[in-house]
Amino acid sequence: MRRSLLFLPGNNPNMLANGDILGADAVILDLEDAVSPDEKDAARILVRNTLRYLDYSRVEVVIRINPVDENEFWKQDLDEVIPLKPSLIMPTKVRDAAYVQAVSAYMDEVEERHGISRGTVRLVPLIETAIGLENAYAIATADSRVTSLFLGAEDLTADLRCARTKEGSEIFSARSRMVSAARAAGIDVYDTPFTDVNDDEGLIEDARLAKSLGFSGKAAISPRHVGGINRVFSPTRQEIDYAYEVLAAIEEAKAQGKGAISLYGKMIDAPIVARARQVLDMEKAMQGGGVK
Amino acid sequence: MWLGQMKIGRKAVAGTLESSDVFVEVAPGSGGITIDIQSVVYEQFGGSIEETIRDVLRQNGVEAGSVTVNDKGALECTIRARVETAIKRGKGEL
Repeated sequence: MRRSLLFLPGNNPNMLANGDILGADAVILDLEDAVSPDEKDAARILVRNTLRYLDYSRVEVVIRINPVDENEFWKQDLDEVIPLKPSLIMPTKVRDAAYVQAVSAYMDEVEERHGISRGTVRLVPLIETAIGLENAYAIATADSRVTSLFLGAEDLTADLRCARTKEGSEIFSARSRMVSAARAAGIDVYDTPFTDVNDDEGLIEDARLAKSLGFSGKAAISPRHVGGINRVFSPTRQEIDYAYEVLAAIEEAKAQGKGAISLYGKMIDAPIVARARQVLDMEKAMQGGGVK
Repeated sequence: MWLGQMKIGRKAVAGTLESSDVFVEVAPGSGGITIDIQSVVYEQFGGSIEETIRDVLRQNGVEAGSVTVNDKGALECTIRARVETAIKRGKGEL
C-alpha cells in the first residue's frame, strides 16, 4: 500500500534522519533533481549510509536515480544503493521499454555481484516526457521488475510546452492515459506531487481528483502534505462496512446456491466484488497487514 | 584487499555547515594522521567522532594526511558519509 510517497532530497542529512517518522507510506530518496551535479557523489554515499545505518523499517524506500545518459551517474547510483535492497528504484525521464530494460539489466549485474536474488529490487518508472507518455503501456509491460508507474507533471508540462497550473487541466489527459496504461498492465500508478506547500485545500482537491481518476496514491514534496494524501487515499468507514456487507452477501448467495444476489436493491456483480476486496486489502494494509 | 591509494593527493571538502550535517576538509600530509574536531556536541561525543573518523580513514586505506571537521550535530552515518566523500575526492576517485 502506497497512498503517499514523500520526496526527500538525497543530500540533506537532516531530512534523511527523520524519513521514517513523517507518516508517509513510502519515501523517495532523491539522487536526481534535488541534488546539484557536483554533489551527486556525496548524495549517493549519504543515501547509502542512511539505508545502512538508520532504521527505515516503518517506511518503504524508493530511490530516484539519475537519467540513463552518457555521464552514467545512474550506474553509480545503482552500484551504491542496490546492495541495501530498497523496495523500488525510480528511473527518470523514461522514454520507452528499452530504457527500462537497460536499467533492469544493470540491476541484474549489481544484484548478482552482491549475491542478491535477481529481481529483488523492483522498478517504478517515472514518466515525465511526451514520448514516455506515448509509450506508457510498453513501459509498464517492459520488464517483470516494473510494479507501478509514476507521473511527473513538472517536466512533462515543460516538454508539452504548456503552463503548469494548480487546477491541472493541462495534465488531465496525461493522468487518464497513465492510469489506463498501468491498469491495463495490472500494476499501480502514482500521481505527481502538488507543489504549493502552503495550500492545504488545493492539495486535498488535487488528491481527490487523482483518486477519482484511478491513481493508487500520490507523491508529496513536503511532509505537511502527507496526512492529507493518506486521508484521501484511505477507504472511509462507510466504504469498509459496505465492502464487508458485499462479501457477506456473496458468501450467503453461495451457501444458498444462488447465482445472483442484490444488496440494498443493487445487483452485486464481479466489479463490485473486486472493488470490495480492494477496499478490504487497503484496510488490512492500514492495520499493518503488509498488503502492497 | 587493495584499498586504492594510501595517500590523499589534494585538498578536498565535503558536507555543509547546516544543522545535522558536518563539514569535512582533508589535506595531504606525510607524518601520519592529524585530526581537528570542532563540534556543537564535542563535550559529549568528541571521542566517538574521532573514533568514527579514524575508522573511515582505515577503511579507505589512508595512512597520512590531515582531517578537519566542523560538526553541526551530525549522526554517525552522516559523519562517515562526509569523511568518505572528502577522502575519495582528495584521492581523485570521485
